[in-house]
Amino acid sequence: MIPAKFDYIKASSVSEAVDLLDKHGFDAKILSGGHSLIPAMKLRLNRPEVLIDISGISGMDSITEEGGEIVIGANCTHHDIATSKLVNDDLNILAQTAKAIGDIQVRNRGTLGGSLAHADPAADYPATVLACDATVVAEGKKGQRSIPISDFFQGIFTTALEDDEIITSIRFPKVKNGNYQKFFQSASRFAVVGVAVVKSGNEVKVGITGVADTPYRAKGVENAYNGSADAADHAVDNVEVMSDHFADVEYRSHLAKVMTKRALEA
Amino acid sequence: MQITLTVNGKQYSNDIEPRMSLTQYLREVLDLTGTHVGCDTSGCGACTVSLNGAAVKSCTLLAVQADGGELTTIEGMANGNEMHPIQKAFKEHHGLQCGFCTPGMVMTAANILKDNPNPSEEEIRHGLEGNFCRCTGYHNIVKSIQHAAEEINN
Repeated sequence: MIPAKFDYIKASSVSEAVDLLDKHGFDAKILSGGHSLIPAMKLRLNRPEVLIDISGISGMDSITEEGGEIVIGANCTHHDIATSKLVNDDLNILAQTAKAIGDIQVRNRGTLGGSLAHADPAADYPATVLACDATVVAEGKKGQRSIPISDFFQGIFTTALEDDEIITSIRFPKVKNGNYQKFFQSASRFAVVGVAVVKSGNEVKVGITGVADTPYRAKGVENAYNGSADAADHAVDNVEVMSDHFADVEYRSHLAKVMTKRALEA
Repeated sequence: MQITLTVNGKQYSNDIEPRMSLTQYLREVLDLTGTHVGCDTSGCGACTVSLNGAAVKSCTLLAVQADGGELTTIEGMANGNEMHPIQKAFKEHHGLQCGFCTPGMVMTAANILKDNPNPSEEEIRHGLEGNFCRCTGYHNIVKSIQHAAEEINN
């Protein structure tokens, strides 16, 4: 399988990439790890005329602590995140999530920024970034802005990013007590259901992916939680649950409750 | 587009189309046909090679993305006529049946052992989740990697 023809440009800075994106508009796509984009291009589901490779931009692959937050460059791979001491120590739920993605080869290439921008409804990170209340930092022609994660995911493969914007980093508060539970699709290793739970005191924040066309915070669980994992029964309250040949509505709803319960009990 | 990269210690420079995959480049331009095309959709791992020390699925990489990089393919594992310990272990412990998945298995095994020189059986199985053996010969593949680890560590 061979993609349709395109021009390839390797950007050396964020501003260069933004200018190129602005110039080529809808015909251009950003390439980072490429592990969602290239398969889509090979199947010709996506036919960009210009690929802007941002993988070589310096400073976009670091993991640092700034003002009590963990700041992860958009080009950090799942492997970088899974093996970072800082992430394992202070944001362990994100390391758990990164380790659950794909396989060694995929984790060596796929990136956090790429996964979020792609917004696959079965991706793992969305559950965790929602539960952590992370902030997406994006840069476009108008400059840099911070997008609260609660505003970021807008639908299937749809985010709050403008056409000329690129994710440059993601900021996370430190999380002491978090757990990610995933029911793997047995062939693709995507999440049929993924549930991230962040606990602090008697409060929980619950992010769920794979269940609806947009990942969501399970407010029903959060409001019902009083220390008992029975709150998991509310995992799909007011949610339009997806159905496919791997999991119909009833089964997927059941899985969401079971995974939520496990994450709450962990 | 011009790319320059090092494959198995030798430098190559070629003018290629941006849409050429790294698998295609290795097989069709460099004639290194040990890297196999299985599913061609990053599921099966038959096309696994090492790029800058990390196992990658070359079917899901454009050759232009590897520009400036250092690659090792299955052809670069042996030292002359002496097989790499992983290759030797696969031979001695019947780690292959039809052999189609073997280059990818060996390249992934190298990444597993680089990150974790003493993996448990479970860690090896987990590490191989991106590589399919349609002969279903996983037991001996895992056994081979365990023996390779012992050989390398001794």
